[in-house]
Amino acid sequence: MLTGSSRFRREGTDSMTAIATTDALPAQSARTAFEPVEDVVRAFVVATMFWGVAAFLMGVVIALQLAFPLLNLDLEWTSFGRLRPLHTSAAIFAFGGNALLGTSIHVVQRTCRARLFGGDLMGWFLFWGYQLFIVLAATGYLLGVTQSKEYAEPEWYVDLWLTLVWVAYLVAFAGTLMKREEPHIYVANWFYLAFILTIAMLHIVNNLAVPVSPFGTKSYILFSGVQDAMVQWWYGHNAVGFFLTAGFLGMMYYFIPKQADRPIYSYRLSIVHFWSLIFLYIWAGPHHLHYTALPDWAQTLGMTFSIMLWMPSWGGMINGLMTLSGAWDKLRTDPALRFSVTAVAFYGMSTFEGPVMSIKPVNGLSHYTDWTIGHVHSGALGWVAFIVFGAVYYLVPVLWRRPALYSTRLVSWHFWIATVGIVLYITAMWVSGIMQGLMWRAYDELGFLQYAFVETVAAMHPFYLIRALGGLCFLVGSLIMVYNLRMTVRGAAVTADGAIRATA
Amino acid sequence: MDMMEIYSLLRSLWVVWFMALFLGIVAWALWPANRRRFEDHGQIPLRDDR
Repeated sequence: MLTGSSRFRREGTDSMTAIATTDALPAQSARTAFEPVEDVVRAFVVATMFWGVAAFLMGVVIALQLAFPLLNLDLEWTSFGRLRPLHTSAAIFAFGGNALLGTSIHVVQRTCRARLFGGDLMGWFLFWGYQLFIVLAATGYLLGVTQSKEYAEPEWYVDLWLTLVWVAYLVAFAGTLMKREEPHIYVANWFYLAFILTIAMLHIVNNLAVPVSPFGTKSYILFSGVQDAMVQWWYGHNAVGFFLTAGFLGMMYYFIPKQADRPIYSYRLSIVHFWSLIFLYIWAGPHHLHYTALPDWAQTLGMTFSIMLWMPSWGGMINGLMTLSGAWDKLRTDPALRFSVTAVAFYGMSTFEGPVMSIKPVNGLSHYTDWTIGHVHSGALGWVAFIVFGAVYYLVPVLWRRPALYSTRLVSWHFWIATVGIVLYITAMWVSGIMQGLMWRAYDELGFLQYAFVETVAAMHPFYLIRALGGLCFLVGSLIMVYNLRMTVRGAAVTADGAIRATA
Repeated sequence: MDMMEIYSLLRSLWVVWFMALFLGIVAWALWPANRRRFEDHGQIPLRDDR
């Protein structure tokens, strides 16, 4: 067995670490040792929290801009149109992306019992390469450099760089799978691999573009008209399906069993869950283009496959929640697990709502209204962010070799403040969105439209304030988390030698 | 019927092939003989503490 000191040499000054790990060793004497890459995972966890706070802050800023347009400061760099992609990309690609890269590297090494393919060097390339992508994309948005494709705003030079980083990520992940010691590939890795592969395919096809000049930022997309729209939403919806769903399901299938200390409810259901998601998701994109120039049959196809997505949605939710059956009391004592389990409930809820909204007559009311924004946030805040919070609360003590979190009470505070924030956010957007949709289609007795557009905007003002308040709650919760994790990392290091020895 | 016609007929039935493949996977997952093996796979994350 390699000793703690060589495995964690970067922490050479922290003698506690070595002691804590050596104490944990005897359990696995029968199996060969492996050295997981962990510094990189720690860096990803820190980056996840940093970008998370940045994304939530930008969200609050643009929510307030919608309520009080004066807050765009009359500057082009701080206008809503430029800050909005900053917020969405920070939330999805920076916060969510760092969480996915970090946890996938952690999970694949642990469940395969193999060190990351390419080792530390590969890990650090992925980390800094991905941060560079984020910074390049973000600075572009602020300066007005965008190809105006939703969730694919970065221009060609950023796209090329991300392609390079992503291919390296695929090589690292698949390479680790190939040199695994565990004969079976655990299901969480299937979800992670599907996420990596599909995002590679989507990113490349949707960003096929011709730069105007080798040193300029501007490019033109290869497709045009309705083909361009269809490729864009094939990309856009599968970014939801494979980035925001499959990737985070990988997280669910590893971290909920770890937190609850019991295996997933049904491994067989997880196989059916995986394959039904893979077979169905890729066809659902056309529901973003109802009542457009897209042929009717394609719209109906998109709607049908979206409805069928209830199958993996409920399969996954049942599997996640039932893992807790017989251990529900853990929810009372472990607020971090509460985050993960509530995330699964939100997964079930928002993936129930999505197919409903893809039904053409419902979409006729909901599309282009705030209902969509509410739906996205019940997924992004309730599912994605909560499953990340649960995973990070579990990971920090594991990665930094701390006996426990600094404070479970603060986790509980974070949980309730964030939950209240989400509820305020999505209920405000439901009311506002449905009202907006109904006002747009209201006619008076003479057959004229009853409301001018500006009247709908004025009517939504109070709901915009409630939404901003909900976002603020979510931001405050995340700051409590950062403080708690910071104290966890620092706190135990400050504790006297004996304290940790006693717990180990 | 030449090969091209057979090919295009088979191609147009893609939804049938995918359905058959998917049902095959479901049967494999639910096959009683595989039960113990899958239950064991579910334990993998709980065994990973070095």
